[in-house]
This record gives sequence, C-alpha cells and structure tokens, in this order.
Amino acid sequence: MKFTKLAATTAALTMAATAAHAQSTLEAVTERDVLNCGINTGLVGFAYTDENNQWQGFDVALCKAVAAAVFGDPSKVEYVSLTGKTRFTALASGEIDFLSRNTTWTLSRDVDLKLDFQGVNYYDGQGFMVPKSLGVSSALELDGATVCIQTGTTTELNLADYFRANNMTYEPVPIETNAEAQQRYLAEACDVYTTDASGLAATRASFETPDDHTILPEIVSKEPLGPVTRHGDSEWSDIIRWTLNALIIAEEKGITSENVAEMAAMSSDDLDPEVARLLGVDGGYGAMLGLPADWAVQAISSVGNYAEIFDEYLGPQTAVGLERGLNALYTDGGILYAPPFR
Amino acid sequence: MSVAAGQQEPSFRIDMLWTDERYRSLFIQVIAMMAIMLGFAWLVNNAIQNLSDLGKDFDFGFLWQPANYDINQRLIEYTSRDTNARAAVVGILNTLLIAAMGCIAATLLGVIAGVLRLSKNWIVAQLMRVYVEGFRNVPLLIWILLIMAVVNESLPSPRAFRGEDGIEAGAIVLTNRGFYVPAPILDNFGAYIVLVVAALSLIGVFLLRRWSTAYQAKTGELLPPMSNTATIGVASLAGAAGGFILGLLLFGLIATQFSISAPAIFWPAMLASALMGVLVARWAATSLLSGLMIIILVVPTVLVFVVLGSPISLEYPELRGFNFRGGVWMRDSLIALWIALSLYTGAFIAEIVRAGILSVSHGQTEASFALGLRPNRTMNLVILPQALRVIVPPLISQYLNLTKNSSLAIAVGYMDATGTLGGITLNQTGREMECILLLMAFYLTVSLTISSVMNYYNTRVKLVER
Repeated sequence: MKFTKLAATTAALTMAATAAHAQSTLEAVTERDVLNCGINTGLVGFAYTDENNQWQGFDVALCKAVAAAVFGDPSKVEYVSLTGKTRFTALASGEIDFLSRNTTWTLSRDVDLKLDFQGVNYYDGQGFMVPKSLGVSSALELDGATVCIQTGTTTELNLADYFRANNMTYEPVPIETNAEAQQRYLAEACDVYTTDASGLAATRASFETPDDHTILPEIVSKEPLGPVTRHGDSEWSDIIRWTLNALIIAEEKGITSENVAEMAAMSSDDLDPEVARLLGVDGGYGAMLGLPADWAVQAISSVGNYAEIFDEYLGPQTAVGLERGLNALYTDGGILYAPPFR
Repeated sequence: MSVAAGQQEPSFRIDMLWTDERYRSLFIQVIAMMAIMLGFAWLVNNAIQNLSDLGKDFDFGFLWQPANYDINQRLIEYTSRDTNARAAVVGILNTLLIAAMGCIAATLLGVIAGVLRLSKNWIVAQLMRVYVEGFRNVPLLIWILLIMAVVNESLPSPRAFRGEDGIEAGAIVLTNRGFYVPAPILDNFGAYIVLVVAALSLIGVFLLRRWSTAYQAKTGELLPPMSNTATIGVASLAGAAGGFILGLLLFGLIATQFSISAPAIFWPAMLASALMGVLVARWAATSLLSGLMIIILVVPTVLVFVVLGSPISLEYPELRGFNFRGGVWMRDSLIALWIALSLYTGAFIAEIVRAGILSVSHGQTEASFALGLRPNRTMNLVILPQALRVIVPPLISQYLNLTKNSSLAIAVGYMDATGTLGGITLNQTGREMECILLLMAFYLTVSLTISSVMNYYNTRVKLVER
C-alpha cells in the first residue's frame, strides 16, 4: 500500500514537476484559488478535526493565516494529512504548497532533501512517556525497554543516538501514525512512547486517564519545528516566513484578532511605526511580497496573533496544557524573536 | 533487423515495406519498437531532467553512509552505526524469512483445506468453504491489522507476569509483544554430533526411498509388505504403549511448565496419544519400507543423544527488566504477518488443490482400483501426478503473491525490505528514486528466482509427451 503510494508520488514527481516549475508557486496558488497545506494525520493541539469535522490546531492555524494573507479568506485551504514518511515526498512533488506539520529543522533536511525551513513556530525537544505503574523516573532507567516510535522522524535517529551514547539497549517498534502509536502504547505492546514533548503532552491529553502516565524529565534533543517549503521558489518562501513573523510581531505589539481591524483603520500618525508598516497603513510592504496591502491584517484577524493561537490550542487552559516556556517572546524570557518589520 | 536488405531481391522497391505482406509485419514491428524505445527514453530523460531541476542528483553513495537507526528483528549483526546497505540487507533477510515461513504454512493449510473441502462430511466441507470464502474475499491488509490487534489487545503484556501475583510464566510464553519459545543451546561438540547424525538419518531415508523406487523399476517388485495380522497386532500394541508413555511425558512437561492442573483432560489426552501411537505403528508396519524409514529416522539420533548424555539443553525465556529474555522470540509483528499471509494465501491454494484433484476424472481411480492398487498407492501413483500438473503453475503465482504481499509488513511495524530500504532509509536520506529502484530490483529478483525454481519443479511433474 505504502509502496504503491510512494511509487505513485515518484511517478508524479517525474511527470508533473516540469509543469509545476514553469510558474511560480504564488501564481499556481492564486490560479487554483485554494492553498494546499500539508498537515499531521491527527495530533491533538496541532492538527485535529473538531466536532464539525473541520481541521483545527496550532499547525492548521498557520495554513489559515497564509490563506488569509494570500486570498483574504482563511477557509480557502485544502488540507492534506501526511504521515512522517509521506510528508517530504508530497512537498517535493508539488502535491502541497507548504508543509505545516511539526517538522524538525535539521541540516540534512535543509540541504540534502532540498527543503527550506521558514523559521520556527514551536521550539520542542524529544521526550519519553511511560505509565506511572512502571515505576520509572528517569530515561536512564529504560535499558531493555520496548519503545514505540513514529517512523520517518528525527526522533527515530535521536533515540538510536541516545541509547547508544548511554550504553543501553532497546527494542524499537516502528509505527506510522500517532493514533497507531497511542493504541499500541495503551495496549502495553510497548513500555515507552517517544516523540516531541509537545506531542507527548497532546497525546496524553487524549487518554482516558492522563494521570496514569508520566513524561520523563529528560529532553534528549533540540526539535525546532517550523513550516517548510520546497527549494527554488524564494518569493513563496518569503510569504510563508513573513506570515509567521507577522503573527509573532503582532504579539509583540499587542495586536490581536479583536483590535486589528480597528488599528488598521487608524492613521499612521496614531500608530507605532512598525505596526503601521505591518498593517499596511504605511509603505508598500504587501506589494513587495506580491500580496495585497492588508495581508497581515487578514492573517491576524482570521487566526489571531501567536499568543492567541498558542493559548487556543496548546496553552494551559487546553487539554494539552503546555506552558509557553521557550516559546515565550524574547522579552518574556523565551527565545521567540522575529526580525524587524521594515 | 533489416531482413529486406539481407535478402537482396532485385525487384525490391521501398513501397513494398507497406504493400508487400512479406515485409509489412516486420516493418510495422520495427516502427513500433522504435516508438516504444523513444517513449521510454523520453520518460527516463524527463525523470533525470526533473530531478536536476529539483537540485537532486542520482547517486547511490548514501548506501555506504551510516544508517543511524535501529532495527528490531535482525538475522545478522546490525547496529545503528552500520551502513544503509547493511540495513537494507537486514530488511531483505526479514522479507525472505517471512516469505519462506509464509509459503510453507500456506501450502500446508491450503492442501489440508483443499482436500477437506472435498470431504463427504458436510460440516467439514462447509467449514472449509467458510474459511476459503472468508479469507479470499477480505483484503489482506484488514486481516493483518485484525490479527495484530487481537495479539496486542487480548494477550497479556510482559508486565502482567511480574511480581508475586503475576501470571506464572511457563516454557512457552505468549505475550502481546510476541511469543517466546525455548531455544536449543548448541554450544558443545556433542550437540553438533547429534545434529549431524539427525541430518545423516534424513539423508539415509531419502536414499532408501530412491533405492526402493529403483528396485521396483528394475524388478517390478515392492519391498515386501508385512501385512499379516500378527505383525499388525503386535505393532498396534507396541504403538499404543509407546504413544501412552510419550503422551504421559509430554503431558507432565506441559502441566508443570504451564502450571495447569487439569485431571479432567488427562484421560482423553492419554487416549488420544495412545491412538496416535497405534496409527503411526500400523502405518510403519504396513510395509518394510515405511517401518525402515521410521527406524532410520528415530533410532540413531535418540541413541547418540542418550549416549552423549543429552548434549542439547533448552534455554527458557525469563522475565528480566522490561521484557522476557532468552529463548526464541517471535515478535508480535512477525506472528500477525505470518498468520495473516498464510491464512490468506492458504485460501487461494486450497482452491487450486481442489481444482487439481477434481481435474482427475473419477475413472482413473476406478481403473486403478480395478488393477488392484490400494487407495494410498492410487493417490500417490495415479491421482497426484496428474493433479500436480494442474496445481503447480497457479501455485507458483501464489508464492509470488505471498512474497510481494509481505511488503504490507510496515502496517504492523515488521521491518522487511520495504520497511528499511524503502521506508526509513528512503525517508531519512530523501533518495526516493534510488531506493524505489533498488526495491523493485530486489522484488523482481526474488520473484524471478521463485518462479524459475518452481518452473523447474513443474517441468519435472508435467506430463512427459513422447
């Protein structure tokens, strides 16, 4: 099944790529009048379907923000759910316009896989989740354990490195999707589930008894997650990067989905100069990107600023219950930092 | 290809290529061939062009770089520091293992189900019908996932065996992470002697069979049967006693290992094993040949084993840390894949076997009875040789199907060639083209090998036309 899918995408790659490269991605998206956005197959908080069967989540919000920036309409998105294995092939073949699927920025992906990472929307690290009944309090006690991992991810490689560095053995159980991993883990077919700490928190939140499971204190890797585009279309990459930056700057400047329309209607004299530039009141920054002048207004009004998105899907009030931590603004003790909008 | 030029007819004109039917078909074939080659060249060129547009080169160098990932089931030494090529070999061996196990089990299941479906017993025939139709008509992937779910959800995890009030582990442990069975320890010289003797006995049995066939072909006589009543009576008694003792030993072993105390099934079990003993002994006593075969197979090995003081002992699985260690571990993924592949392909083989047997007309059986052949010799000498001619060719394609279907392994996390080379390696290196091409080459090689071996077998069983 997987084999045929891969073969099909490879074939698609061989045949369709020339056509896709003849026009820029922005032209193709505008002509199609819908944005093809690659997301997770299902991870609470990041990408999940709500009761109305609509995709929601932290990663999904970025798809909506880009659609709003390009079309002025956040609903013009075609979501393509992808596994860890299929995501890069889908991106390389042009099946999706960009990937917003908790994907770690690494050198080999950036350079060898010919991908472009457009910043970081979540600073994460790999952790381990175990049932409390196992009586394990440190990852260093996991010698000989059976570990469920999502195949095709960086976690697979980190896991091998970590156990080798600490001279421990383990039994890897490779799994395609988060849902499958969850089922195996709950059936106790594996002792440990490992993935990004945010993913663990999200997965645990969906358990019937989340309190029976604990996330071990060790974070064994750096996992900067961010949106990804193909090599070779820098104009399109700029749009993705600056949409993300606009959301972060909006938080810095206190622009929210509620007050953005009001602020955009004000004259540039009454606004902070950077806000005026961001909201298209001053200067032709939208035109530089090939977008309407109010692109950032549209993006912020449709999904909110970074803090609003975080709080809605991942924050302490949600089932996932993550603190901002590293993902707080640099002014608040985190490392979230957007280049100046000028 | 230009036959036209080669024949050098003085009256040849260029329009004869499409007007003269002597040249026309050849001409059209040459044109078609050129069109196909051009189309193929365009595809290849397009692929290369598109890859270079994407900035990707076509390079197999990644095979010699460290794989950096671990594989659970390894038939050869492998660590995450080994190369991608070695990881691919580990996967390939896993594919071959599941294919071999699957082909054997599917054939056994298929033959049994196929024969039983022809049974005159209505219930047995209908049960087999349900099996065949049920498995043939549901996608294989669903069966694999279903069996995996049953293994994962219904069996206890190793954790359940822990502590005072945990389940007591026996010699064979069934957990939701797989089945553990005792492994023979072959660490001394005596063990190898026993193995060699066993192998030699097996060869001896084959030689005896060949010799007896040759003897019969030369003289027209079978090795003398021992079919007088006295021999059979003695053999039955001996068999019953032997079966009873063997059953007692086996039952005792199982009862202690699994800590089952079940007096209710004791006597039925003993009766069954005694009955089995009688059947084996009677079969052994029907002719000198089968008797000799059993003796050659069993006596020397047992004798050597006893004389050398039981050199082969068993290593039992033990709960240590998170998992059981020791013994042979058949992982849950292997079990699920094996059962599903065997049951699924077995259903198709059952139909092939049934068709093969039905293809031999009943007159053949009657004729051979009329010549005085007993039923089992009728089966071996008359029915089977003719049925095999019908059975073998479709059987080849079932073996090929099973091998190719084993690439569904990733659904349950079994690391076959598709899982390592076409899965993790492909993903981590991003070499789709190279990995898929290698994978195709591998499956093609395996399939062609299986089919040439089976075709060789087919030429041996098919009707020799004179």
